[in-house]
Amino acid sequence: MTLYLLAIEILSWICIVGGGAFAIIGAIGSVRFPDFWSRLHAASVTDSAGMILLLLGMCLQAGLSLITVKLILIGVFLFITGPTSTHAVANAALVSGLKPRDGAPEDEK
Amino acid sequence: MIQHHLILRVVTKLLVGTIIVFALYVQFHGDFSPGGGFQAGVIMAVAFIIYGIVFGLEKVKQVFPAWIVHKMVALGVLIYAGTGVVSMFLGYDYLDYGAFSPHHPTHGQHWGLLIVEFGVGVTVTGVMVAIYYAFAGRPPAISDEDW
Repeated sequence: MTLYLLAIEILSWICIVGGGAFAIIGAIGSVRFPDFWSRLHAASVTDSAGMILLLLGMCLQAGLSLITVKLILIGVFLFITGPTSTHAVANAALVSGLKPRDGAPEDEK
Repeated sequence: MIQHHLILRVVTKLLVGTIIVFALYVQFHGDFSPGGGFQAGVIMAVAFIIYGIVFGLEKVKQVFPAWIVHKMVALGVLIYAGTGVVSMFLGYDYLDYGAFSPHHPTHGQHWGLLIVEFGVGVTVTGVMVAIYYAFAGRPPAISDEDW
């Protein structure tokens, strides 16, 4: 029984630390990447991988309780709204004339 | 071009009802979990504002006309202050919730807080939506052809 609890604890902290790492990587990427489209891509990493891992880790910490149900609901709604907001931002940028470039960046050739 | 905002419209239709249910949850569970009248009012207003942003001001004004919004702003304050006046008429202090259940003051405080928080929620919803209507209904200073 204690081994089981220890395994749950280790698994949940692996998830939480991994999710935090993804969030930090996403934040660094959305500041350091050169243009709008790659920055948006970096921010969406935080949305999907980091969010799922963090919520999974917190679910394992909470056990079978109402908190887990609430965390799952938060995950479902972030899963719907995150990509939608990314789509809205990308759509607005494309409509206002910002085109994704292909190949190597012009100023570093 | 008609179907341009299709994804936003589908997701908004999915979310508006859920946001309203969540606002009611925050409103009436304010004494058990984080929340209360102010937060619930803002969340409730967000449901209408997001509907207005995606579908247009005319559509949301069909659902939630401006005259109702303006009445709600006053109605919430009336509920709040009226609760206090009723407790005064029952022979207690202003907003002394024990008046609503003299034999069991704790129950009276539950009822009083519930009613007062409901008043706060109504006013905050009305004010937030009224601010949105005031900003969104303003004629644009520069038309699209002036650029």
